[in-house]
Amino acid sequence: MRQSGYTIWLLTLSLAAATCGAIVYATGMGHIAVSGGDILRVIAARVTSNSALLAGIDPVFPFVVFDVRLPRILTATLVGGGLAMSGVIYQGILLNPLADPYTLGVSSGAAFGAALALLANLTMMGHFSVPLFAFGGAALTLLVVLYLSSFNGQISANTLILSGVIVGAILAAGISFLKYLADEQVSVIIFWLMGSFASRTWADVAVVAGAVLCGLVLSLFYARDLNILSLGSRSADTLGVESTRVRWILLLGASLVTAVCVSVSGIIGFIGLIVPHLMRFLVGPDNRKLLPVSILAGALLLLVADTVTRAVLPVEVPIGVLTALIGGPFFCVIFRRRQRRAI
Amino acid sequence: MTPASGFGLTGVDFAYGETQALAGLDISLAPGRFYGIVGPNGCGKTTFLDLLTGGKSPDQGSVTFENRPVAEYRRRDLARMVALVPQDFGIDFAFTVQEVVLMGRHPHISRFASPGAEDWRQVDAAMEAIGISHFKDRFVNELSGGEKQRVVVARALAQQTPYLLFDEATSSLDVQYTMQIFNVAKKLVQEEDRTVIAVIHNLNLAAAYCDELIFMQKGTVAACGPTDTVLDPAMIKKVFGVESRVAFDEFSNTQQISFRYWS
Repeated sequence: MRQSGYTIWLLTLSLAAATCGAIVYATGMGHIAVSGGDILRVIAARVTSNSALLAGIDPVFPFVVFDVRLPRILTATLVGGGLAMSGVIYQGILLNPLADPYTLGVSSGAAFGAALALLANLTMMGHFSVPLFAFGGAALTLLVVLYLSSFNGQISANTLILSGVIVGAILAAGISFLKYLADEQVSVIIFWLMGSFASRTWADVAVVAGAVLCGLVLSLFYARDLNILSLGSRSADTLGVESTRVRWILLLGASLVTAVCVSVSGIIGFIGLIVPHLMRFLVGPDNRKLLPVSILAGALLLLVADTVTRAVLPVEVPIGVLTALIGGPFFCVIFRRRQRRAI
Repeated sequence: MTPASGFGLTGVDFAYGETQALAGLDISLAPGRFYGIVGPNGCGKTTFLDLLTGGKSPDQGSVTFENRPVAEYRRRDLARMVALVPQDFGIDFAFTVQEVVLMGRHPHISRFASPGAEDWRQVDAAMEAIGISHFKDRFVNELSGGEKQRVVVARALAQQTPYLLFDEATSSLDVQYTMQIFNVAKKLVQEEDRTVIAVIHNLNLAAAYCDELIFMQKGTVAACGPTDTVLDPAMIKKVFGVESRVAFDEFSNTQQISFRYWS
């Protein structure tokens, strides 16, 4: 099943092409159908500020394409890539194929932080208030989970998931309490928590793109060290990896990316678990190949899922609900297979 | 006396929380020798190795390598000089045997470079020496405990370091694989003047291969010296608390220890 080097390049390129194609195709889908050619003309016209290109196009199209659909579609794509990337990093560092931003409670921590910011209606840092609070929540949660599951510097795989679940449960109660306090504003928080890409703006696209790009550079820079870290930190140290430093840098990086993703989209679970798993099956565990492929596949998957809820289903199901419905059973299957192997 | 090179430990204390693992450890390890570290469980052998690799820093005292504190080395530089074969090896990811052995070349390959001809040559030679070439394409997470251990030894060999540390590297191996690994290590010491420092549980194995023995007891060195001089029933009685007889064995051509198992 594992593919060779040449096929992996081909896979990466096809995924990139498919993602670009899917972005254009998805932009055309919806209540107002827009053809692919018109979409490309609208984009070209906006980018080059040449309104001559818009001749003969329905005047509502530029608005629909550029101001409504593209920001949402690009945000979904970037968030999918970002969550998959965080999943690869968490799994590599924590030596645990079941780790992902959702199972570790990091998503819930980010959600709690963001809900706090939403509730208090914090605007002191403008557009960055919610992402910053989300990051604070994510980082704090990760520290607590790591503290709970570590003993003598060792972290066991299953206690880590358990700690994530425990902390996640406490945070869920905390979020419920915030909702209770929110009173009339409660719908803002609830809607946001269920995960949605509706009414995203170009500012959201920019924030997520920035975070994902930083995460990508960081993770590719340390990709080989991440491979070595999967041997355990004692071995990694003696193979020349500054394991403690690399671990912290990557953990913080992955948490930042998760937090930013959660802050614009709400909780979207399991993307960071399913995608790296499937891709590891195809390209193997080498993070230098796994990271790009997973990011692209995550982007494509979330874009498709979001398009399905937006333009295919009769009612818009919150995307977080959809991914959890698909991803939950998947998690059960992996978990079960691991148990059997352990026996 | 400070050694011209090699490792030097002076007044080293190390504790895990309340538990003192090493207390006032003084010892120097010269290059080009095969050292065996023996002693009962929990006497600080693994901690001792971790101090040499810089994996742990002493609470008190100093650990030097080539007359420079170990802590001052960059990990990458140290990894080109000192390799460790750890006791346990768990991996959840499906890397192939060859990929894991290639990880031994990590300190020699710059960040964005691909492995070169020399790297592949070392990987092949290491797998050949340990006899694992025939399963180089299998996934390490599907190997047996013994097979994994041999992969890790090959990885350390591929690292091509003047110093090789073994932490119970052959604990789950059958006798033929144990001999194979120790024969390779012995050859490296004799023919390439490399240094091997091995924690060994089996006293007869230690007697057969080591030039020098370090007896450890409760975090200190009980005795250290050439195997012929320090290996005697009194020392074994002192450190392990059991009766034994040490005698030259013609068949194995080395000193061997017999125990009075029951009476």
